[in-house]
Amino acid sequence: MLDSVLFYLFAGIAVASAVLTVTRRNAVHSAIFLITALLATAGIFLQLRAEFLFIVQIILYVGGIMVLFVFVIMLVNLDVAVRQIQFARQKWVALVVALALAAQVGLMFWSSGKMPGQGLPVQTAVAADKLPPNSEELAGILFKSYLLPFEIASVLLLVAMIGAVVMAKKRTYRSDASD
Amino acid sequence: MLPIDHYLFLGLALFIIGVVGVITRRNVIVVLMSIELILNAVNINLVAFSRLYGDVAGQVFALFIIADAAAEAAVGLGIIIAFFRNRETVLEDEMDLLKW
Repeated sequence: MLDSVLFYLFAGIAVASAVLTVTRRNAVHSAIFLITALLATAGIFLQLRAEFLFIVQIILYVGGIMVLFVFVIMLVNLDVAVRQIQFARQKWVALVVALALAAQVGLMFWSSGKMPGQGLPVQTAVAADKLPPNSEELAGILFKSYLLPFEIASVLLLVAMIGAVVMAKKRTYRSDASD
Repeated sequence: MLPIDHYLFLGLALFIIGVVGVITRRNVIVVLMSIELILNAVNINLVAFSRLYGDVAGQVFALFIIADAAAEAAVGLGIIIAFFRNRETVLEDEMDLLKW
C-alpha cells in the first residue's frame, strides 16, 4: 500500500515536471522543472530500494550537472532567445515518433496476452527482506566484476573534462598574438 | 514491489517526453536537458529490473549511465559556449555551418 502511494506520488511529480521541462519557454524554468523531475526519479530509486543510486542521483545530477546547466544558461545571453519562437515546426514528426514508441509497448502487451497492471510474464520480485545492504553489495560487484568498465568510465570522464576545458577556452589566434 | 510494468510505463512516458523535447525545441540547452530526461527513463527501467531479479548489476549499469550523462553534459555545454562565442545564438536551426 505504502509502496504504491509513494510510486504514484513520485511518478506523478516526475511526469508532470518532465512535461513542464519540455514546454516552458524560459530555459531557466525548464532547468528548475528538470531538477524536480530528477529529484522525483531519485524518489523512485529509493522506493525500489536502490539507496546508493538515490544518493548518487541527488549529488551528481541535481548537485553537479544541473548547476553546470544553470551556469551555462546564465553565460549565454537569454534575453534575446526568450523573445524568439522556442519551438521548431516539427510537431508532426514528434507526434509520429511518440506514437511509434507507444505502439511498440502496446505490441509488447498484446503479444504477451496480459492487460497493463497485471505484470509481465517474468519471474516475481525478490522479497524486500531478502535483499542485502545495497551500497555494500553494489561496491562488491562494481569493484570485482565490473572493474574494467569502471576504469574505462574514469578515463572517459578525464577525456570529457579535458574536452570541455578545450571547448570553452578562449581561442588566441596568431594575429592576436602578433600585435 | 509493484508489478514491473508500472515502472516500464513510467520509463516509457519520460522517454517519449524527452524525445518530443529533442525534436520540437529550438534552444540547444533545452535539447540537452531533454537528453538527460531520456537517460533517466533508461535508468528507471534498469533499476526496476535490478529490483525484480534481486541482482545489483542493473544498478551498476545505471551508475555508468549517470557517469556518461555527466561527460555528455560537460562536453555538450562546452560546445554550446564555444558556438555561442562565435555565432551569438543558441538556436539549433541557426547552426548551419556544415550545410552546403
